[in-house]
Amino acid sequence: MRNAVFWAIAIAALAALPPVAQALGQGFYIDLVRRIMIFAIAAVSLNLILGYGGMVSFGHAAYLGVGGYAVAIFAFYGVNSGPLQWAVAIGASALVALAIGAVSIRTSGLYFIMITLAFTQMLYYLGISIEEYGGDDGIRLKSRSQFPLLDLNDGVQFYYVILVLLLGCVYLVHRIVNSRFGMALRAAKSNEARALAIGFSPYRYRLTAFVIAGAMGGLSGALLVNHTNFLTPDYMHWTRSGEIMFMVILGGMGTSVGPVLGSFALLLLEDILANWRDPRWIGEHWQVILGPLLVLAVIFFRRGLAGLFQKNDAS
Amino acid sequence: MLLEVRQLSKSFGALRATDRVDLDVEDGETLAIIGPNGAGKTTLIGQLAGNLRPDAGAIRFAGENITRLPAPRRARKGFARSFQITSVFPEFTALENVALAIQAHQGSSFRFWRPAMRDPALMDPARDFLRQVGLESRAHAFAANLSHGEHRQLEVAMALAGRPRLLLLDEPMAGMGIDESLRMIELLRTLKRRQAMILVEHDMDAVFRLADRIAVLVYGRVIATGSPEEIRTNAEVKKAYLGEDA
Repeated sequence: MRNAVFWAIAIAALAALPPVAQALGQGFYIDLVRRIMIFAIAAVSLNLILGYGGMVSFGHAAYLGVGGYAVAIFAFYGVNSGPLQWAVAIGASALVALAIGAVSIRTSGLYFIMITLAFTQMLYYLGISIEEYGGDDGIRLKSRSQFPLLDLNDGVQFYYVILVLLLGCVYLVHRIVNSRFGMALRAAKSNEARALAIGFSPYRYRLTAFVIAGAMGGLSGALLVNHTNFLTPDYMHWTRSGEIMFMVILGGMGTSVGPVLGSFALLLLEDILANWRDPRWIGEHWQVILGPLLVLAVIFFRRGLAGLFQKNDAS
Repeated sequence: MLLEVRQLSKSFGALRATDRVDLDVEDGETLAIIGPNGAGKTTLIGQLAGNLRPDAGAIRFAGENITRLPAPRRARKGFARSFQITSVFPEFTALENVALAIQAHQGSSFRFWRPAMRDPALMDPARDFLRQVGLESRAHAFAANLSHGEHRQLEVAMALAGRPRLLLLDEPMAGMGIDESLRMIELLRTLKRRQAMILVEHDMDAVFRLADRIAVLVYGRVIATGSPEEIRTNAEVKKAYLGEDA
């Protein structure tokens, strides 16, 4: 019930934001929330494997990168068809996730973390080494993805496209985790020996979830490159993976509202602190403030920000 | 013969934990495996359940060689187990725990859309199994919040939910009070004959009340097999095992 109330308010607020921001002459906020929602999609996808699957993937930025490169490379050769670009972005990310997952899911614990990190670093250095597509400097997107009936150059239209996709991803993950597939995935996280004993083979379910999450991450990469009009290998930097993971943990792992709350909390806080002008040093060294705040948040909100909404649940 | 174990052997270094073990279990029969601590019961169960690989020997189940089959595949063939130490899904309710076991038994879980917990094909039998073990009043309690005795009841319900042909019970009375033990013995008595059972148990009262046959394991070897009466009067068993505490 509380979840339903949360989503009703969140959807209303997000839908109302562009006209309100424009009326107040604060169009900047449309841009900011657009960016936050793109990261929220990445966090929602990571939550599927981290929160529900128990797979601590420290390489989720890989799919942002693959999705971003898919769009940017097509655009580089003058192919601007949105449906084609995005389909390839999603498909390529799914394939990369299949390859990474097939190897890494055979391990667990610290090894799993290190292997997913290592694969992502490989892709990062691959991005740096390809001079054709800008190498270290990155590559400018000459044109945003083109869709019939839609114009992503219109900031408000683009905003609503992202909002609809975010809600779609949240709903998709919600359906998945409550389906038979999701039950098997969560059971394997809850007690692997038990899951094996009743006849589940966790590997298949984990790998499938990993691929779904990768595909969704690729979508957010395609959106992000359209949002920034610029792609650099930094999309895949390990700090980016850490940031997405932090959104999930801060918001609340294994909850539907958690990753969305976490992305808004982290990126809004970042924005507020980075633009702080009085005293000036806060804006200049905002990380010094953000770090301890995040540590406190993790200590005091054991179940993430989502725990604030679901206090009465038995656990 | 439902289960045939032949010359099963497993060593850890110089220790022969399982030493050329032969066992037979017929359909519907209850075989108890007893033995002093360190006799190799846990190692034997591990191999039967598919968590440990034997060095030599064969396990045939329903006419099929399952010696190298991993645990989930054995479970799907009708070989269910419960654990010595409680093993349930703590974040799920009792009802969901049983539903998970039914779901695993029904085969592929590659269904992504319909909510599993509103699927009558899972929930109706799940409620039924909870009723059979006397846990229906706790259906919506999280497994983490159940008492020890209730956990064991839940484990039996989960094992039954796989509609097993053979139920491997690893010390089902471990850690139970007298009342809980008696209730568990009664429960297992009602389940006898419905499927074969292998019962590994220290509680001799339970063993003699439930078993059709008893195998005595000492230092990894089966030193005697027979009816409860035969085992009670077997001199070698008395010396090696029963003599210690009786």
